[in-house]
Amino acid sequence: MKKYAYFPGCSLEKMAVSYHKSSLETTQALGVELEELEDWNCCGATTYFHLDEILANTLVARNLAMAEKEGLDFVAPCSACYKNAYFTNSYMQEDEDLAEHINFALEADDLQLSGDIKVHHLIDIFADDIGPETIKDKVTTPLEGLKIAPYYGCQIVRPRKNGEEVENPQFFEEILEAMGADAVDFAYKTRCCGGSLLLTNRKAALDMIHILLQNITNSGAEVVATACPLCQVNLEVYQTQVNEEFGTDYAIPVLYFTQLMGLALGIAPKKLGIGSELVETLPLLSQFIEKEVS
Amino acid sequence: MADKLTFSQEISNLMYEGHGSPLKNCIQCGTCSGTCPAVEFMDQTPRRLIGMINADLKDDVLNANTSWVCASCYHCTVRCPAKIDIAGAMYATKRYSMWNKTYSDDLVGPVFSETFMKTIVRSGRSYEPILAPTYIFGFGAKEFYQEVLGATKMMLKGRIPVLPPRIKRIKNFRNMIRHIIPMGDEE
Repeated sequence: MKKYAYFPGCSLEKMAVSYHKSSLETTQALGVELEELEDWNCCGATTYFHLDEILANTLVARNLAMAEKEGLDFVAPCSACYKNAYFTNSYMQEDEDLAEHINFALEADDLQLSGDIKVHHLIDIFADDIGPETIKDKVTTPLEGLKIAPYYGCQIVRPRKNGEEVENPQFFEEILEAMGADAVDFAYKTRCCGGSLLLTNRKAALDMIHILLQNITNSGAEVVATACPLCQVNLEVYQTQVNEEFGTDYAIPVLYFTQLMGLALGIAPKKLGIGSELVETLPLLSQFIEKEVS
Repeated sequence: MADKLTFSQEISNLMYEGHGSPLKNCIQCGTCSGTCPAVEFMDQTPRRLIGMINADLKDDVLNANTSWVCASCYHCTVRCPAKIDIAGAMYATKRYSMWNKTYSDDLVGPVFSETFMKTIVRSGRSYEPILAPTYIFGFGAKEFYQEVLGATKMMLKGRIPVLPPRIKRIKNFRNMIRHIIPMGDEE
């Protein structure tokens, strides 16, 4: 069983606990083990970098160093955590001077970091390491006829890490199709959800969410799949406010891709955290939930 | 005696993340402004802001809300034909205004960042309820009500933490931070 050092990130502790649960359930069902880092700290999201780059990189480095100590590759389910971890890890190998500063700070916690582990977003594990073929073989309840919008958001694909396709990526679609679902095509699949602007510039953020919901709805999708806690909250929780602000009537379920995958793998909805959404999902999903035998 | 740095040099020096892609390479094509999903909420478009930095128009740059409206989605960065990390330049401008306290009082972003940072330094983890007061009191009555209603629904679904989380090796963590920034004596 391939094992990874798993960095859940602050959002998955509570706000996105369903992402946490469904990530653990689905990886286990597909033969991958996620071992949670034992004393991880906040990675700083997009916010520490407003203040100090060296400190921001050091806070990220502490988490990476704990994974390196275990000899495990690092995986983060949140796009911002992933982006931060990916770049700090590569700076360690590219920049001796920065690496020396960071390692000097890490001494205070008996850690060091060379940067030679790999950093993945959780969705990479499904797309590359497990692969759509294996997923297809393990699916027991294909999500036939379900039209899912694969919402990549921004920081999974950007900034570009290694020359990969950033304008029209396809790996999310491939995963959804491996579950037996129809991945709908929509133009704004990598357009930003507004991120933390919702707190700092609400007008801009609601406008960005509105445009996304409009594009998703026009594409004919019945449900949105996300791979980031902030995308999920912005697109789901703020639908009511978008409706009030723009006179619309959006009520589209937004789930983590791991929750949808869990259903396809025949895992009980409760174990996947289904039921903690603010937009009703059960009417749509009940056709894929096996009835309990009484 | 060394010459005093120009404003554009100072901004460039704050751009570790965007190193290797000097702002001076900007060809003013406007791909960034055309790409940006938040551009209509900015006082100056990203293209104009970079032009203004390059022209050392310090006050105009710092009076614009542009960098604080950037959501760090990096769409401009991946499309820039001059390979400038424009989102990185937005971060550099934010850092400059945080360090020099030149941001305008009606912006929520800087206060939010500072509170976020203090929360992490204190406990090692972020905690949404502590962050709420940094932005919620700037809301009008309707927005305030909407936000509280949203938070209540989340709480009923068990999605809001009751107690602030804290990492175990917090002393080591804080000493680690002391190796980078001044923060009093070791614990």
